[in-house]
Amino acid sequence: MAAVLESLLREEVSVAAVVRWIARSTRGSEVTALTRPQDNPGEAAALSSLRPLRKEFVPFLLNFLREQSSRVLPQGPPTPAKAPGASAALPGRPGGPSRGSRGARSQLFPPTEAASTAAEAPLARRGGRRRGPGPARERGGRGLEEGVSGENLPGAGGRRLRGSGSPSRPSLTLSDPPNLSNLEEFPPVGSVPPGPAGRTKPSRRINPTPVSEERSLSKPKTCFTSPPISCVPSSQPSALDTSPWGLGLPPGCGSLQEEREMLRKERSKQLQQSPTPTCPTPELGSPLPSRAGSLPDEPADPARVSSRQRLELVALVYSSCIAENLVPNLFLELFFVFQLLTARRMVTAKDSDPELSPGVLDSLESPLFQSIHDCVFFAVQVLECHFQVLSNLDKGTLKLLAENERLLCFSPALQGRLRAAYEGSVAKVSLAMPPSAQAVSFQPETDNRANFSSDRAFHTFKKQRDVFYEVLREWEDHHEEPGWDFEKGLGSRIRAMMGQLSAACSHSHFVRLFQKQLLQMCQSPGGAGGTVLGEAPDVLSMLGADKLGRLWRLQERLMAPQSSGGPCPPPTFPGCQGFFRDFILSASSFQFNQHLMDSLSLKIRELNGLALPQHEPSDEDGESDVDWQGERRQFAVVLLSLRLLAKFLGFVAFLPYRGPEPPPTGELQDSILALRSQVPPVLDVRTLLQRGLQARRAVLTVPWLVEFLSFADHVVPLLDYYRDIFILLLRLHRSLVLSQESEGKMCFLNKLLLLAVLGWLFQIPTVPEDLFFLEEGPSDAFEVDTVAPEHGLDAAPVVDQQLLYTCCPYIGELRKLLALWVSGSSGRSGGFMRKITPTTTTGLGAQPSQTSQGLQARLAQAFFHNQPPSLRRTVEFVAERIGSNCVKHIKATLVADLVRQAESLLQEQLVTQGEEGGDPAQLLEILCSQLCPHGAQALALGREFCQRKSPGAVRALLPEETPAAVLSSAENIAVGLATEKACAWLSANITALIRREVKAAVSRTLRAQGPEPAARGERRGCSRACEHHAPLPSHLISEIKDVLSLAVGPRDPDEGVSPEHLEQLLGQLGQTLRCRQFLCPPAEQHLAKCSVELASLLVADQIPILGPPAQYRLERGQARRLLHMLLSLWKEDFQGPVPLQLLLSPRNVGLLADTRPREWDLLLFLLRELVEKGLMGRMEIEACLGSLHQAQWPGDFAEELATLSNLFLAEPPLPEPQLRACELVQPNRGTVLAQS
Amino acid sequence: MILTKAQYEEIAQCLVSVPPTRQSLRKLKQRFPSQSQATLLSIFSQEYQKHIKRTHAKHHTSEAIESYYQRYLNGVVKNGAAPVLLDLANEVDYAPSLMARLILERFLQEHEETAPSKSVINSMLRDPSQIPDGVLANQVYQCIVNDCCYGPLVDCIKHAIGHEHEVLLRDLLLEKNLSFLDEDQLRAKGYDKTPDFILQVPVAVEGHIIHWIESKASFGDECSHHAYLHDQFWSYWNRFGPGLVIYWYGFIQELDCNRERGILLKACFPTNIVTLCHSLA
Repeated sequence: MAAVLESLLREEVSVAAVVRWIARSTRGSEVTALTRPQDNPGEAAALSSLRPLRKEFVPFLLNFLREQSSRVLPQGPPTPAKAPGASAALPGRPGGPSRGSRGARSQLFPPTEAASTAAEAPLARRGGRRRGPGPARERGGRGLEEGVSGENLPGAGGRRLRGSGSPSRPSLTLSDPPNLSNLEEFPPVGSVPPGPAGRTKPSRRINPTPVSEERSLSKPKTCFTSPPISCVPSSQPSALDTSPWGLGLPPGCGSLQEEREMLRKERSKQLQQSPTPTCPTPELGSPLPSRAGSLPDEPADPARVSSRQRLELVALVYSSCIAENLVPNLFLELFFVFQLLTARRMVTAKDSDPELSPGVLDSLESPLFQSIHDCVFFAVQVLECHFQVLSNLDKGTLKLLAENERLLCFSPALQGRLRAAYEGSVAKVSLAMPPSAQAVSFQPETDNRANFSSDRAFHTFKKQRDVFYEVLREWEDHHEEPGWDFEKGLGSRIRAMMGQLSAACSHSHFVRLFQKQLLQMCQSPGGAGGTVLGEAPDVLSMLGADKLGRLWRLQERLMAPQSSGGPCPPPTFPGCQGFFRDFILSASSFQFNQHLMDSLSLKIRELNGLALPQHEPSDEDGESDVDWQGERRQFAVVLLSLRLLAKFLGFVAFLPYRGPEPPPTGELQDSILALRSQVPPVLDVRTLLQRGLQARRAVLTVPWLVEFLSFADHVVPLLDYYRDIFILLLRLHRSLVLSQESEGKMCFLNKLLLLAVLGWLFQIPTVPEDLFFLEEGPSDAFEVDTVAPEHGLDAAPVVDQQLLYTCCPYIGELRKLLALWVSGSSGRSGGFMRKITPTTTTGLGAQPSQTSQGLQARLAQAFFHNQPPSLRRTVEFVAERIGSNCVKHIKATLVADLVRQAESLLQEQLVTQGEEGGDPAQLLEILCSQLCPHGAQALALGREFCQRKSPGAVRALLPEETPAAVLSSAENIAVGLATEKACAWLSANITALIRREVKAAVSRTLRAQGPEPAARGERRGCSRACEHHAPLPSHLISEIKDVLSLAVGPRDPDEGVSPEHLEQLLGQLGQTLRCRQFLCPPAEQHLAKCSVELASLLVADQIPILGPPAQYRLERGQARRLLHMLLSLWKEDFQGPVPLQLLLSPRNVGLLADTRPREWDLLLFLLRELVEKGLMGRMEIEACLGSLHQAQWPGDFAEELATLSNLFLAEPPLPEPQLRACELVQPNRGTVLAQS
Repeated sequence: MILTKAQYEEIAQCLVSVPPTRQSLRKLKQRFPSQSQATLLSIFSQEYQKHIKRTHAKHHTSEAIESYYQRYLNGVVKNGAAPVLLDLANEVDYAPSLMARLILERFLQEHEETAPSKSVINSMLRDPSQIPDGVLANQVYQCIVNDCCYGPLVDCIKHAIGHEHEVLLRDLLLEKNLSFLDEDQLRAKGYDKTPDFILQVPVAVEGHIIHWIESKASFGDECSHHAYLHDQFWSYWNRFGPGLVIYWYGFIQELDCNRERGILLKACFPTNIVTLCHSLA
C-alpha cells in the first residue's frame, strides 16, 4: 500500500490512475468524475502488480493520514478519525520479537513484497530509530496508547479523565512520540503474542477510534463504549478506551473471536505492565494538554507549507476516495479535515529528522505534515474538492467556515465561494423545543365498548389508559431529578398494569395507545422529541462563539459528561423516547412486546408504502415551490415517523438477543447462527429494501432501515438474510457519488442524507467490519435493470437541511468544531471510527413498469403526470374524505331509518307476543332477515352522494385558474375514487353494519321494556316565556328539610318558622315546579315526599311557629290556606307521582296522637279535598284508613280514628259548605272542630 | 370564594368534632360571615365526611353495634318520644343517618328471619313509614331530617345541586354559542369517561386551551380534588386533552397548579373566552 502511495508521490503514477485503480476493483469501467484521462499503459503496469492490494489501499490511506496528523497534532482535537486497517497495511519488519503478527501479516501479501520494499525500508528504519527495540518497550508503548488516548485528548478530555480518578493514567506516558503517542492508534495485532490464530489467520485489522471518555460516562451509550468482545479488563473503571472492538477480518476468516480474545488478554497484560515508567516527553506526556490560554495558537501561513506538491497529491487522492465513497463515513472524514483545519499547534517531535527539508517528495519517510501550515494547506485542499458538500451544510456551519481566517488565508477563492453560498443559503436549522405531552384522543370508533370482547376488558383498558398517563406524567416530573430511577419509581406499577391485560384484544388496544403516544410525543416537528442534537440542549450552538470558551471551561470544571456523542454517536433514546424504552424494559412483558412488534411492523409497512407525490421537474415555478414546502413537510413527517417506529421495532425485536456479554464464538456461534437463521425476521426488511431500491424510494426506506439495524445484535449481521441487506446497503453507499448529478437520479441532499445515515450505521460496533471488505458479493439482487421508467421519490428534492440535521444530528459536530476554533478552545469530542470498506456497486436498477392496472387508472395517472402534485393530492384527499363521509352519511340516514323500522317492528312483535316478547336472538333474526336486504340501496345512495359532493370540494380546493378541462377531469376522478372507496366498504360491510345497529336497538328496546317505566315518562318543559328565575330545587329541598327537622325536633326554644315563611316556601315550590329548568326527577320526587310530610305536620299541628308574642301554634285558617296551596301544587304542578298515601301512613297519622287536644278537622278536610280534586280516590282512602286500624294505637286514639273513618265514609262527596256542617256533628268527642 | 390554604385551614380547624346539625351550621355561618353559606356548607360537609371515613370502622364492630342497639332500646323504653337515636349519634360522634341505618339493620336482623337486603334498608330510610316499628320509624326520620351531611335527603340535595349547576353551565355555553357534547351524548357514543361537556371546537381561557368542562358543585379541597384528579380530570385529559374544572363553591388556590399541564380551575364560568376565528380576512 505504501508502495502505491510512494509511487504516487514520486509521480510515477497519476492520481487519476490510482483512483481508477482503486475504483476498478469495485466499479468496473465506470468513469468517475476525477478520472477522465485514459490509463497510461505504464501506470497500469505499475499498478497491476499491486492488484491484490487494491482494496487495502483506502484503509491504508486513511490510517496513514490519521497517523501523520497525530504526529503533528498530538493535542489537536481528538481526531475520531483513525481509520481502520492502517497497521495491517503498514509493512512491519518481520522477525522482530514483538512483531510476530506483523510478520504474519506481511505474509498475507506475498506478491507485494517487491513493490513494498521501498516503503518498507524507510519505515523500518524509522521504526528502528524511534522505537525502542525489545518487546517490553514495544508492549509498554502499545499499552500506553489506551491511556494516551485519554491523556492525549485535548483539554477537557484529558483533564476529566484524571478527574474521574483513573489511577493508572498519569503514569501512562509516552517515551517516544510518533506513532505511540497517537491517541487514535490501537494496539495492532502485531502486539498480540504469536499464536496459531495470529499466525495463520492474520486478519485485516481495523482500528476503531478510541472512545472518548465522556461517552463512556454516559449511560445510554454503553452499547458503543463496551466493545462487543467485552475486552474491557475489569480493572478498568469504564470502557472508555477499549479500542479494539472493531477488529476486522477478511471474509471467511473464522478466527475473529479467537483473535479478539487474544487481544483482550494481551491488552490486560499491557495494562498491568504499563505503569512501568518510561521517559515522558514534556510535549506529549504533559499531563495537562495545553489548551487555549496556555499556549498561543500557531498561526498558519501558506508561504511556509513544506511540501506543497506532495500534500496536493495526497489531498487529491484522499478527496477522490471521499468523492467515490470509498470511505465508510463521509462526515467523519470531513470532521477529520476540519480538525486539521482548526489544529492549534504543532508539536515537534524531539528527534525530528534533521535531513527533512521542504519539498521532499519522493518517499513516505518524511512526515506528511511537518507543520501547522501543512495541515491547514492539506485541509483546505481537500475542502476545495468538496465545496458542493460544504455548500449544502447548514447556514451556521457555512458562516463559521466562511469566517475562518485560515481558510481565507489559504484559499481566498474557496472562502469567496463559501461566503456566497452562505449568503444564498436558506438552510437554517432550528432546534425546536419539544412540546409537552399531549394525550392520544379517545376515538369512539376504535375505543368504545363495541371494540372490546367484554365489559371487563373494556373497563380494564379504561383503567390502563389512565395508569399509563399517570406513569407518563410522573416520569415527566421526575426523570430529570438526580437519583430518580425509572424502574424503582414506576416499574412495579407498570408491571401491575400489564398484568391486568389478560385478553389479547386488550393488548392490541394498549399497544395502539402506546404507539400513538410514541408518535405523538417523539415525532414532533422538532424531531426526536427532547432536543435534536444530543441529549441536552446544544448550548454550544446556541450561544455566541465568544462565550463558548468560557462555557467550555466551565463545563470542564463541572466535569459533566459531554452531551454530544461526537461525529459518530451510538443510537440513543433522547428525550421522551427514553420513557418508552424504559417502559418496554420495565414492563418486560412478552405479550406486550409481541403485540408492539406486530403493530410497529404494520405501521412501518403502511407508512413505507405511502404514495408520496413524486416530483416533476417540469413545473418548477412559484406555485410548485409552495407545493414543495408541503411535500417536504409531508415527507419529513413520514420519514421521521418511520425512523422512530423502526428504531423501536429494532429495539424490541433484538432485545432478547442483546446483552452485555461478549458475542459468542466458535462452535457456540455456529449453533446460534444455525438456530437464528431459522427464525423469520420480525419484518421482511430485505424485501422492503429491495422494493424500495427498485422503486427508487431509497431515500425513504434506507433511513428507517438504518435505525432498525442499529439495534441489531452481534449475530444479526452474520445471518444470511441480514448479510444480504448489508450488501445491498454497501452497494447503495458506493453508488451515491455526490458529484454525479443527472436528470432523474437522486437529489444531492437525498444522497447526503443516505451517506450520513449509512456512514453512521457502518460505525456501529455490532456491525462487523469485515462486511466492508466483501469484494464482489452476490450481485443478482441488484441487477434489475438500468432503465428507470419514471422518476422515483429519490429524484425528488424531499430532503432539506432541517431534515438532514434532524436525522443526523452528528453532522452538527462540524459546526461545533468550527465554533470551538473561534472560541479559542479545542474540541475534544470523540466518537468511534473504524472500518474502511472498498465495496462494489452496480447501478441502481429501477423497477419494471407496473402493468396490472386498468386503462382508466393509467389514464388518471397520466393525467396527474403533467399536473402539479398538489392537484393529485387534492383529488386524493377529496376522494378519501368524501368516500369516508359517504359511509357516515349512509349510516346516519339509511341505516338509521332501518333501525327505526326495526324498533317499530319490534314494538309490534312485543304487542302481539305479549309481555314476554319471545327470545331476543330470534327476534333479531326475524328483524334482520326483513331489513338487511334494504342494504342494497346503500350502493346506489353512496354513488349518488359521491357524485353530488365531490366536485364541489375539488372545485373549492383547486386554484381558481385551473383550466376547465383539468378541473372537470379532476372532479370526475375524485368522484370515481370516492365512489370506489365508499362502495367497496359498503358492499363489504353494510349487512354487518345493519345487523349490529339493529341488534343494539333491539337490546335497547328490550331494556326499556324492563323496570322503571315511570322514570322514563314524558316530561313537560317550562313555558316559553319562562326566564328560569325560580328558586333552585336543591335550595327548596334544603329549606323544607330545615322546617321538617324543626318540626321533628329536637329544637332550641327560640327556634321556629313564621307562617309567612311557610307560605313563601310553598309559593317558591310552585315556581320551581313550574319552571322545571333545573329540576331533575329525583329532586322532584323528594320535593313531593317532603311536601306530603309537611302536610302531615300541618294537619297534626306540629310545626313550631315563630311569631309575634311567642305564638307556637299555627292558626287554623293559616293551616288550611297552606293545605290548599299544597293541594293545588299536587294537583297542578307536580309532574311526577306524589306519595299522598303517606298522609295516612301510621307514622304520619300517629303524629296526631301526640297532640293534645287532638284535632281531626284538618285531616278530614284534607281527605275530602283530595277526593274532591281527584288526587286520591275514595276507595284508596278507605283502604288506607282500613289498614290504619290494624296498627296498634292507644285506646282513645283508636276510637277517634274509627270515628273519623266512619265520618269520612258516611259522607257523600259534597261541596264545602256541607263539610262544615259535618264537622259540627262531632263536638262531643272533645275534638275541637274549628269554625272556619 | 377561592381560598388560600391558610384560610381554608382556619375554617377546617373550627369543624373538628362538630356534629352535622343545623345548629352547627348556624354557628359556622356566624363565625365566618364573609364566606358564602354554600361554600361553608360544602367545606363542612367534606370535612365531616373525611372525619366519618376515618372513624367509620370503629362504629361497625359488632361490639359497638350491640352496645348502640342496647342503648337505643333502653332509651326508647324510657321515652319513645325523646330523640334517643339522634342523641346517641351525637354522643358517640357518628352521623345520625348512619347511626339510624346501623340500628335499623340491627333491628331488622332481630325481627326478620333473613338479613335485610341493602335495597330494603335504603327504601326504609327513604320512607321511614315502611319501618314496621313506629317508634323506630320516628327515631330514624328524626335522624335523617336532622343530619345535614348524610342521608337520602342530603344525597338528593347534593345531586340536585350538581344537576342544577350542570344546567347552569349548559345555559352559559349555549348563551356563548359554544357547541358541545354533553355527558349523555358522549355515553351514547360509547366514551368510557365522560366529562360534563366536551367542546366541539376548543376555546382558550386565560391562555389555556380548553377541550372539556367539568362542573363541580362543591368546594375544591385537597382531598376531593386529588380524588377527582385521579378518577376524572386526568382521565379526561388522557382522552380529550386539556380542560377546565369549575368548582362553583370555590377551591383552595394552591390546587390550581396544573394549568400548564392542562387542568385549569375556576370558581365561576370564565368571562374571557377566546374562540377560534373562522374568518381570517
